[in-house]
Amino acid sequence: MSRSGGDEIVQFDNVGLRYGTDLEVLRNLSFTLFPGNFYFLTGASGAGKSSLMRLLYLAQRPSRGMIRMFGSDAITLPRERLPMLRRRIGVVFQDFRLVSHLSAFDNVALPLRVAGATERDLRKPVFDMLDWVGLADRMNSRPATLSGGEQQRVAIARAVIARPQMLVADEPTGNVDPEMAVKLLRLFEALNGLGTTVVIATHDVHLLQKVPDSLIMRLNKGQLADPTGALRFPPRRSATTTQNGGTGA
Amino acid sequence: MSPTELRETRITGAVRTITGRGEPELVPQSRLSSSMPWVIAIMVAMTVIALAAGLALRNTVVSAQARLEGGLTVQIVEARPAQREAQTRAAMERLRGLSGVSEVRLVPSEEIDRLIEPWLGSDVVTGKAMSVPIPSLIDVQLTRRADEREVAAVRAALAPVAPAARVDAQSGWLEPVYGAISSLQWLAITLVVLLAVVLAAAVLMAARTALGANRETIEIVHLLGGTDAQIARVFQRSIGIDAAGGGVVGFALALVVILLLGRRFAGLGAGLVEQGALGWSDWLLLAAVPLAAALLAMVTARVTVTHALRKML
Repeated sequence: MSRSGGDEIVQFDNVGLRYGTDLEVLRNLSFTLFPGNFYFLTGASGAGKSSLMRLLYLAQRPSRGMIRMFGSDAITLPRERLPMLRRRIGVVFQDFRLVSHLSAFDNVALPLRVAGATERDLRKPVFDMLDWVGLADRMNSRPATLSGGEQQRVAIARAVIARPQMLVADEPTGNVDPEMAVKLLRLFEALNGLGTTVVIATHDVHLLQKVPDSLIMRLNKGQLADPTGALRFPPRRSATTTQNGGTGA
Repeated sequence: MSPTELRETRITGAVRTITGRGEPELVPQSRLSSSMPWVIAIMVAMTVIALAAGLALRNTVVSAQARLEGGLTVQIVEARPAQREAQTRAAMERLRGLSGVSEVRLVPSEEIDRLIEPWLGSDVVTGKAMSVPIPSLIDVQLTRRADEREVAAVRAALAPVAPAARVDAQSGWLEPVYGAISSLQWLAITLVVLLAVVLAAAVLMAARTALGANRETIEIVHLLGGTDAQIARVFQRSIGIDAAGGGVVGFALALVVILLLGRRFAGLGAGLVEQGALGWSDWLLLAAVPLAAALLAMVTARVTVTHALRKML
């Protein structure tokens, strides 16, 4: 499902990011993400995927440039309004970042509790979500007692439980077996089908082929591989339309 | 689920049922500062004891000043017993006739003997060793403050009928003592204020340490859309629980100390000390100390955490 128009949810304009006084890890990023699209962010290790993801889930402010998210200027937005913006984004961290003293159930319930859901209202959806990722029988387990794959599934369940408008996942299938990877991709696709914009950072090229309608963003040494408009006219989509004899986006 | 996990789940469930809160703690209580309830208990105990001392001293000063403010002592310093007796009678009569005098009491000779016995010995008092002329004492209570002018007026009124009379304002004798007690009272107040500052500083340090120890969790909650107020509330509640527990223990400890000290002072049988007994309003004030400590701790925690969170994105 791909569409474009004036209702972009993320807009980067000439964005650069440096940590301290080091060289920029991201340079001159200009792209737009539209609602309901499925994006893959690819690139070699050290290309800046995780840094770009941090900008996307508002963990970091850029060193320069302009970022608009959901119609708001994310750079000048007052701190107290950031939480509302963040609640529209689901995040799967590369290192899962589960809260160690909370059970799998409580970790998954966290976004709902933060959003003010009552215990009664959140019990069933959390249980259903854990059941869906195959962890219903581990709902009371602490992260330390879960395997890497199980922790990843809990992290994914936590990211999608609040039905975010945009899902940002950093290597979400890195620690699961191929069968579970496909299952999780189906979950992301299902969410995408419901209108959630999905952005997945991965270096697994096989994964890209499993979502036919996805758009691909390639990062190379902190720059988009096609700075002339890779995301305005995403490569895969261009390729698809070329194959189909279309005129592009 | 392993037996350990099963047990933890049951314990967590039980705690949630008891506390009526379905929501688990974002920041584990044990991680905040395990020593915090004890620090608060000690602070509260010291504050309550210092405040109790301050209140007792205040009661002593207020009560004694009220009694002594209008008090005069008239001594008939006459060596000849017959003349002393006659002047005493005449002085009492004259005093009763003065305006502004509410009470005139001749101090019985037995009471005077008891007062001077520790200095002169029982033989002198009973007249076995030698006869020492002892002045007559008259306690006079005025309806107004016994200042210099009042003393002079009484002195002038007595001069014609009792030339051996010496008139002193009772407050004048104990003025230095009450001055010293007032200083101690201020010392107690200063101590209470200092203890409050130390408590706030201890909570501030504990909150900062807890923030550092839970930085990862806080960042995750932030990224999931948690607000500063939500996070600060977690710390505030946690410190509040510590402060409430510590406050109760500290108050109980102070209560034991105050009651024991009270019993020891009561045993002295000194009038000055007895005037310092704590009234019900004093006890109410003391009981408010743990509540004030909990409130102070919670406000300090909230302000500290909110201030620190503002530095995070």
